[in-house]
Order: sequence, then structure tokens, then C-alpha cells
Amino acid sequence: MSHFIDITGEHCPMTFVKVKLALAKIGGGEELDVLLKEGEPLQNVPRSAEEQGFTVSGIEEKGNGNYLVRIRK
Amino acid sequence: MSEEHKKVSIVCFSGDFDKVVAAFTIATGAAATNREVTIFFTFWGLNVLKKKQGRAWIGKNLLSRIFNFLMGGRNNLPLSRLNFMGASPKLMTGMMKGCNVATLPELIEAASALGVRLVACEMAMHVLGIDRDDLVDEVEDVAGVATFLNESEDAHIIFI
Repeated sequence: MSHFIDITGEHCPMTFVKVKLALAKIGGGEELDVLLKEGEPLQNVPRSAEEQGFTVSGIEEKGNGNYLVRIRK
Repeated sequence: MSEEHKKVSIVCFSGDFDKVVAAFTIATGAAATNREVTIFFTFWGLNVLKKKQGRAWIGKNLLSRIFNFLMGGRNNLPLSRLNFMGASPKLMTGMMKGCNVATLPELIEAASALGVRLVACEMAMHVLGIDRDDLVDEVEDVAGVATFLNESEDAHIIFI
């Protein structure tokens, strides 16, 4: 099952906070698609997800400096 | 996995609005990026944790009651500069909302959701006549400097 969260309107630290809380809510094996902006969110959201033992299964450019990051729990 | 054991300990000594925002920004950012976070509140920082968020006559004697009334709670935190008798923190909150940056109540709520540990300094509570019951339920522990240092042995310590 796939879940979606848009953090393009968020700023530090809520970018990380929202992703962390969203990941806490989904079940093991499920995926979370995160729409985020380039720069700090793009650099750090995938890295922090991997540090927590999750898998980043894809990063897709969506235009206008937005990216879709897929994280598998 | 050693990454799971990264720890951050923040001493929140200040009760200034902007500094408390900084403390909670670091705390929530650290907790969201997989760190174990404790905030140790002492002296002016205790105002953030008071159950009564406005001015209240908390205390065991006349002096502490006056002191606590004048300091107030979370809603009375002054800006460290250009406070303008308390108008600025309200203006600043409006500016933060306007920029879609998390406000202090939102950061405090996020800290709680992320399991940031809130600890109150026993000595400062004693001096200011503040009881455990005067503080919000989210306060996990009332402790002293020895406990803080023990818990922070392998942590980054940040003093605000």
C-alpha cells in the first residue's frame, strides 16, 4: 500500500518532523511517497530515512524544483 | 546500528521566546532525524513547562508567588531583543505563521509526538517554589545536574 505526503510548503524542521511522523503511522513493507523541494529537504529526508533503516526506492524529478521520494518501510 | 544511538541533550536555561523556539527547533529536527533527545529545563526555561500558560500566582511563599506571576508562563515569554512590552512575540508568531514556519506551540506539540524527553531541574523548581503539579504532564522527570550529566555522557550538549 502506498501513502503520500506533500512537504513542499513546509520549512525546517517540520519537513523532517512530518516525514518521521508519517513513517511512524504506516506499516512495515508499505511505501511513503514524499513530495519535497530540492535543497535541504532533498539532501536530508532520504538520508535520514536510510539512517532509520528504511529503503529509498526511488527519487523522481517533478519539475519546478520538486522531487518525489519513495520510501519503503 | 550505531546510528540509532546518536543523542542530543539541550539545556534550556533561557525563557526568551526566540531562544526557546531555537531549542525546540533543534530538538524536533534532531528527533525527526533519528536522535534521542532530552531537553533539560532550568531557571527561566521552566516558564515554558508551566501548566498555566499565562500569569499565575504559583509558589510557596509571597516572594516566589510574585516572581512567578511576573514571569508568567508560555504565553508571556519575552523576545530577547526588541520585546516592546510583550508585543513582539505575538508579532513574531504572526510573521512565522505568514512564512509557514512552525510556531512555538506547534514545535512543542511536534516534540511531544516525536518522544522528545522533557526534564525539569529540581533545584530551580525548589528556588522558584514550583511543584511538579504546576508543570505540564509531558514532563517526564524532575532531576538534578548529576542525572543530566549521566544521561548526556555520549550526547552532544547544547546550552541555550
